[in-house]
Amino acid sequence: MNSPVLGKDLLGLEELSAEQIRLILDTAEPLKEISERTIKKVPALRGMTIVNLFFEPSTRTRISFEFAEKRLSADTVNVAVAGSSVSKGETLVDTARNLEAMKIDMVVIRHGSSGAARFLADRIESNVVNAGDGTHEHPTQGLLDLLTLRDHLGDLKGKRVCICGDVLHSRVARSNLWGLKKLGAEVGVCGPRSLLPNAIDEMGVTVFDRIEEAIQWAEALNILRLQLERMQGGYIPSLREYNRVFGVTRERLDRAPRDIVIMHPGPMNRGVEIDSDVADGPHSVILDQVTNGVAVRMAVLYLLAGGRPELAEAAKG
Amino acid sequence: MSQGSQSGKPTVVLDARSMGRTLRRMADEVVELFSGTDDLILVGIQRRGVQLAERIAAFIDEREGGSVARGALDITLYRDDLQTIGPRPVVGKTSLPLSLDGRNVVIVDDVLYTGRTVRAAMDELADFGRPARIALAVLVDRGGRELPIHADVVGKVVQAASHLRVDVQISDLDGDEGVIIVPRDGEG
Repeated sequence: MNSPVLGKDLLGLEELSAEQIRLILDTAEPLKEISERTIKKVPALRGMTIVNLFFEPSTRTRISFEFAEKRLSADTVNVAVAGSSVSKGETLVDTARNLEAMKIDMVVIRHGSSGAARFLADRIESNVVNAGDGTHEHPTQGLLDLLTLRDHLGDLKGKRVCICGDVLHSRVARSNLWGLKKLGAEVGVCGPRSLLPNAIDEMGVTVFDRIEEAIQWAEALNILRLQLERMQGGYIPSLREYNRVFGVTRERLDRAPRDIVIMHPGPMNRGVEIDSDVADGPHSVILDQVTNGVAVRMAVLYLLAGGRPELAEAAKG
Repeated sequence: MSQGSQSGKPTVVLDARSMGRTLRRMADEVVELFSGTDDLILVGIQRRGVQLAERIAAFIDEREGGSVARGALDITLYRDDLQTIGPRPVVGKTSLPLSLDGRNVVIVDDVLYTGRTVRAAMDELADFGRPARIALAVLVDRGGRELPIHADVVGKVVQAASHLRVDVQISDLDGDEGVIIVPRDGEG
């Protein structure tokens, strides 16, 4: 089924318009309240079957999607790689086609290869939601970050947001970059040059080589998780060195000219990219991000579940 | 009346002053229905029902003293037609006390037509508890029910054929205030 507002799939923020992004955020806003109810459930997606197809381990994203699906009354099936036919050599498309033959409506896919979500979306009729593909995009994380920023900073036009850390390997960074630019925010990046894309200077972002400069400039920091295996890859000398130069610490924030909204997509390496007293501090909105994640995913699923566009137009009247 | 609407011009059913009088009478009838305001809560359906509930509640406060509870209900996610007509992108806010157990709930809406909105509203209310009683107050009952639902308090009954639209206008949202009938395709 095709959504009149989002099309068939949600694969990345790169292909969405500012208007579509705003529509998702505006739809998520009233959905927050459902999670506060005693009965945390509405019947909007009753009878729909959604498969969560996870080729990479994930705890919070999978759980967040599952909560979103259940709170909209969809039926859900979780397929994890270990123990599935995938480990017996079945291809991604075979797996999905077999699931489709059992009459499903949507697939939420997490995969280690960039472009896997698009590859699948082009080959099956069900709606596909990208829950993270390689180093490409993680659109629902981008959207929940935008919603959280909007909650705390208001309209994002002209707001200064700095993405800190391993931008090169981060699908979260990429989705954030696209989303922030489309909503008119000014974007900064801060991290070791070895962990920034080569063409970063041409992306219309401000590059900070020192975290102190980023803190002077920014109204919000989105601090990415440092993948510990990057150290073995030779991208950074040591974790302690990384923390010394790029760690967001209380002392550094105390010298900021304003209160800075602190975000982190999780899971955190406390004491590496972020210190505990910052993560748990008064300006941290890290748990708000988690709460907003459920609302944003509900909005995406709800909008994708739509029927025929021409009738939806008529329904607005 | 119906001649005017057939020629494309809006027919005025209630002007601003008569709408005010009608809402005042509805407020009295709500209090009468429950023999007072104990455990009463007025729940408006987004969007115009919320404004109307506020008006009626203000009249009740004026007559009875005190402050009667108000709530807002968005029934978008409880509609039975998502699969056929697609999602309505704009989902409004629902704000209700966490529990409606034992309360006397009055659902307030602008126009009662097929009854499907009210059906959805009752489904949603049930997820907030078990009210002692649910009543329905509407400014306009235009007939055309598709479900066995009736209103307990009605502002005005009009007979409008299915090609006509009954619009309730509220000054806060629409500038004008009143109830008009316009052709469905025309700009209301």
